[in-house]
Amino acid sequence: MTARTSLGPEAKLVDRTVLLVVPGVCLVLMLFLYPFLYGLALSFTGHEGFGLGNYARFFSTPFQSQTIATTLWISLPATLVNVGLALPIAFVTRQHRLQRILTTILVVPMTLGTVLIAEGLLIYLGPQGWLNRFLLITHLAASPVHLTHNYWGVFLSLVVSGFPFAYLLLLSYLTGIDPALPQAAATLGASAWRQFIHIYLPLLIPGLAIVFCLSFVQAFSVFPSAVLLGTPAGPTRVISIAAYQAAFEDYDYPMASAIAIIMAGAQLLVVMLVLTSRVLFYRGPSGGAKG
Amino acid sequence: MKKSEQRNYGERPSIFSVVPAELTNAIEGQKKSFAAQRHQAFRELRLQRVTRSFGNTIALNGLDLTIRSGEFIALLGPSGCGKSTALNCLAGLLPLTEGSISLDQQRIDQLPPERRGFGMVFQNYALFPHMTVRRNVGFGLLMRGIPRKEIRRRVDAALELVQLQAHAHKLPGRLSGGQQQRVAIARAIVIEPPVILMDEPLSNLDAKLRLEMRAEIKRIHRDLQRTTIYVTHDQDEALSLADRIVVLNDGRTLQIGSPEEIYAKPVSLQVARFMGYRNIFELTLERVEGDRAFLEGSGIQMEGVAQEGLSSRRAVIAVRPDDIVVDASANNVMDAATRNVILGQAEIVEYGGRDYLVDVSTESGLLFHARTPRRVAAGERLRLTIPTERVLVFSPE
Repeated sequence: MTARTSLGPEAKLVDRTVLLVVPGVCLVLMLFLYPFLYGLALSFTGHEGFGLGNYARFFSTPFQSQTIATTLWISLPATLVNVGLALPIAFVTRQHRLQRILTTILVVPMTLGTVLIAEGLLIYLGPQGWLNRFLLITHLAASPVHLTHNYWGVFLSLVVSGFPFAYLLLLSYLTGIDPALPQAAATLGASAWRQFIHIYLPLLIPGLAIVFCLSFVQAFSVFPSAVLLGTPAGPTRVISIAAYQAAFEDYDYPMASAIAIIMAGAQLLVVMLVLTSRVLFYRGPSGGAKG
Repeated sequence: MKKSEQRNYGERPSIFSVVPAELTNAIEGQKKSFAAQRHQAFRELRLQRVTRSFGNTIALNGLDLTIRSGEFIALLGPSGCGKSTALNCLAGLLPLTEGSISLDQQRIDQLPPERRGFGMVFQNYALFPHMTVRRNVGFGLLMRGIPRKEIRRRVDAALELVQLQAHAHKLPGRLSGGQQQRVAIARAIVIEPPVILMDEPLSNLDAKLRLEMRAEIKRIHRDLQRTTIYVTHDQDEALSLADRIVVLNDGRTLQIGSPEEIYAKPVSLQVARFMGYRNIFELTLERVEGDRAFLEGSGIQMEGVAQEGLSSRRAVIAVRPDDIVVDASANNVMDAATRNVILGQAEIVEYGGRDYLVDVSTESGLLFHARTPRRVAAGERLRLTIPTERVLVFSPE
């Protein structure tokens, strides 16, 4: 930088304004990049010295490595259900006069936080909860349905907390589509269903991909509900639990760092897959080309 | 219902398919076959008391109109007059609050837009941004289940009609405004609709392109003879394109007539104002003799054509700027007392290329707008003469 300041008055001016970003860059480096790099470096250290020992240990211990599959097995279906439910519901409610009320109702679970939702679901879905009492009274079930402390408890909590997020995001993508486009399709003979297939869906693909990625990342890092509503020692031992145990039960920080890096890698892989598949579709503006 | 479906979607031979392959000039063939179709389409489109309200506001109030097949109708009015509402009601995008729309004997106002099969050109074109020009134009044919080979042939012919063959594989975002406009027109006409609806299609184009596209629309209408209903707020567009003009204001129909009628004989002061009668003054009505009215006031005496409904002692004259003859004032005392002659001073002179637009103020404080090819300087003393038959006399509003 000092070398460039000697180039002349014009270069000096440019360099001086560039200096304004220095505090911001420092903050980012300190808060994000440093811990990341520190964790990355830490993950390569261990009893045997610097190397891939922790990673080897993770992947050679089925108890640890299967947490990736466990997490995917919960988060992928939950994400698909969230996005899959959000699309038709957002589509139907986008012009409904009750949409604002519905939106408000749906925002509430997002503001409550996962722990409170987990507690609520634990009581509601539990063996003595309202749901099971209702099922028993109406004879829809002979014995209480087990929806807590197993896979379904975690799955349902991910839907309750993840659906509003997906719905609100998709709603904003949907309302961004020029209403004249489906109208034009209608005058050209397209029924409501074909308007959806030929106009809305192709224009929504980029939005759907983003919503899917964000929902997935949220679901993949599930922790509180996996502990509270699942069986953290068994079928819902997700990867974040493995990292937690490594860090705070075994005090093996290098191993915990390695698990965190593996977790990030797995997320990145899925996100990259989804985002690169967008290339196959139209990605331009969803309005009428020029005003 | 079934009948109209057949009309719109039936497997009748395509106008493009009857073009003989050996015909050297394909466009000539299209013109002929399009024109041949028009009598099969329908006889008349009848709008009866078509009304549409939004809450308590009535956007369109009892529009009565019978449109003959092949006619070019312009709905003209200021923004918010209900003209776009009328068009959306016709297309089926807005349900009617009252009234009916029928194609010959067939009520169509209950049909959804996809069952009416009217072609519509939207104000912002509403081209599908994710489809190429070819797929945009072919969309309506695809929805009708027409075989792919035939879609291809008809889209090619439609693109040729609007001279866009070279751009068939582009996305709409890569086209200029005028090209997008032409895609929108091609997309609407390729489905051979009985009626084409156009919602201010030229309002997003610059002045030069607007004139070009206006001629283009006129040419396409002449060649295809498709019934067209065209919404605009631009009186020049309406006058140059339409066979008949419907003047609307506040949802009400003010006048329906040929461009000549609307231009020369507006039925009310409101229409006159909208058609460019910019000199509007309220004077004292002296007497009416036959269709002549004699007025006086503000230091001028006028004789004009009496319109219906003159009763009170007051009346309003309406004069177009280009009907005023401008001379230099000879300071003739006689002039001041002559009917239809006004003396004044040029206040503001705007150069308009072919002529000058002059604001002339009289001693009594009236401000006349006049158009003249004569070179006028600001401050110049002028004599304005208005031919009797060009002064319209209305009763005050």
